Amino acid sequence: MSAQLAQYLLSGLTVGAIYALVALGFAIIYNASHVINFAQGEFVMIGGMVSVSLANAGLPLPLAIPVAVLAAAAVGLALEKFAVEPARGASVVTLIIITIGASILLRGLATLVWDKNLHPLRPFSGDRPIELAGATILPQSLWVLGVTFAIVLLLGWFFGRTLTGKAMLATSYNPLAARLCGVNVRFVLLLSFGLSAALGAVAGILIAPITLTSWDVGVMLGLKGFAAAILGGLGSGAGAVAGGLLLGIAESLGAGYVSSAYKDAIAFVIILAVLFFMPSGLFGKKSAERV
Amino acid sequence: MRIKLLASLAAALFAAGAAIAQQPIKIGAFLSVTGGAAFLGDPEQKTLELYVEKLNAAGGILGRKLQLISYDSAGDAEKARTFAKRLIEQDKVDVIVGGSTTGETMAVVPLVEAAGMPFISLAGAVVIIEPVKKWVFKTPHTDRMACERIFLDMRARKIESIGLISGAGGFDKSMRAECLKVAPAYKIQIVADEAYGGGDTDMTAQLTKIKGTPGVQAVLNAGFGAGPAIVTKNFRQLAIGVPLYQSHGVASKEFIKLAGDAAEGVRLPAAALLVAETLPDADPQKKVVVGYSREYTARFKSDVSTFGGHAYDGLMLAVEAIRRSASTNKEAIRSALESIHGYVGTGGVVNMSAGDHMGLDVSAFRMLEVSKGNWVLVK
Repeated sequence: MSAQLAQYLLSGLTVGAIYALVALGFAIIYNASHVINFAQGEFVMIGGMVSVSLANAGLPLPLAIPVAVLAAAAVGLALEKFAVEPARGASVVTLIIITIGASILLRGLATLVWDKNLHPLRPFSGDRPIELAGATILPQSLWVLGVTFAIVLLLGWFFGRTLTGKAMLATSYNPLAARLCGVNVRFVLLLSFGLSAALGAVAGILIAPITLTSWDVGVMLGLKGFAAAILGGLGSGAGAVAGGLLLGIAESLGAGYVSSAYKDAIAFVIILAVLFFMPSGLFGKKSAERV
Repeated sequence: MRIKLLASLAAALFAAGAAIAQQPIKIGAFLSVTGGAAFLGDPEQKTLELYVEKLNAAGGILGRKLQLISYDSAGDAEKARTFAKRLIEQDKVDVIVGGSTTGETMAVVPLVEAAGMPFISLAGAVVIIEPVKKWVFKTPHTDRMACERIFLDMRARKIESIGLISGAGGFDKSMRAECLKVAPAYKIQIVADEAYGGGDTDMTAQLTKIKGTPGVQAVLNAGFGAGPAIVTKNFRQLAIGVPLYQSHGVASKEFIKLAGDAAEGVRLPAAALLVAETLPDADPQKKVVVGYSREYTARFKSDVSTFGGHAYDGLMLAVEAIRRSASTNKEAIRSALESIHGYVGTGGVVNMSAGDHMGLDVSAFRMLEVSKGNWVLVK
């Protein structure tokens, strides 16, 4: 029995790491602007599809991957510049709807630029499974976990030790005060979109060898990443990571022990439960408004 | 004045008569050229185009040219209904060859039954022709036949209890139900029965459950699309160590491409078309499958798939029915289809009847195995 449990946990951690990266993207943009960027899932898709195209065109993977991440970051910057910034005076709901429209546009463009088929990406270091505690894990899963861990550490250093990162944090606490302190809030917003897009793209590239990529992988991954972000507390980086891993494990255990047909439902049941009973999530700050 | 009017009326009638004689025979199609079922619909579309062109080059049918009107339903049942409606009401086609997936086909059945339009489906599930519907025919082997062929092979390998894993689509659910139904007749016990969702990207949880079930001697995956490719990859990853069987829903090189090395050793029932060149000369299907295989590969520079073969059979059956009824009267085409016997297609030898609108039997299925990235006939 415990070999089965180990298998569920390992698979759950792998997919949970992807949810964590997507959730971090949501958290960063939410922090900078209180906007929930529903186009986050499309960045995941762009990362995977661009790297597949480049790899098929003959570019070696170590070159294709950074180019794909930069391409996604460019799309994120363009999204902010042309869709969000012109509407910055509008209400948050309007901005959210704009991002939903952008995600539909990006999906449509993806079918034109590429096609509607599934595409595999070569695993980074082969696909001979590794035995671990009676379960098997793919080398690609180790890449997913390792890179996610490295990124979380990197982001922790960025937000905690660098001036730009601290400026972003300051903007999330109080934009007006940050602006008064000389922080360029518009640049922070731009940077947040670019950074989130890059994170999403990395997630997409890491998972493409395991799950195949296509024009619409962003929909489910985006929604589940959003569920993970809510579970962890919207706006909290640690919450995003914890939420992602928890959601991945919950899905895997649910599919294994309860019912495999309703695996997708688990993420959405979690959103509902969190919003009913614990709206600020696991690590979110309980907000209070001064009347 | 009167004479002029009569003369112009006569001329108009004459012209109209001539125009009707030149009107092309319209073959309507709705196929999943893009989307999750693209590796079904894309070869089907190419096949229909290629052979309509060839038939027209050879003079057409009944002295009239064929015209192919086809739409891309992208695997979506809603779109399939919309396009079928358009084919019936706006384009006014004479026969429909299409419906790459079971879901799309079943959504269209009420429309063609109500409109009295002969419809040759290219989808797999047995529900399409059982119970028999007056206007609906199909060319691919059914999922029930796939289960039976697989169980036969399992018995030959002394396999008695298996695990079953299937997806959420129409074909998946239908094949699962059929396998559960016919298993006892072949003395096969299904000890594990797992399911995955349509867009699922990781089936290790379900396969781990199957692996942990005692007595599993083989695993059968009923499905098509991305799901079986991921199941196959996960299956290798978990090193489950027993034979894996897939359905004819993945009888295409696309599956081998997506699953990669993990597909090695996987067995599935498929039409002889996939191993056309290696068939013995005495095989009744050899001439037809080799002919189609060479023409398709020469034109499109890609491997044949059984799905393109089903479209070929569908078109040829429709054309034969039109020839026999010497008209495009829909009822005549329908009865002519029912009367076809001994037609050798890529799927097998077809013997239609009023009670059997598919015409194939289990022997039309061959058991194939994936070996070094290619299909190999299992003796």
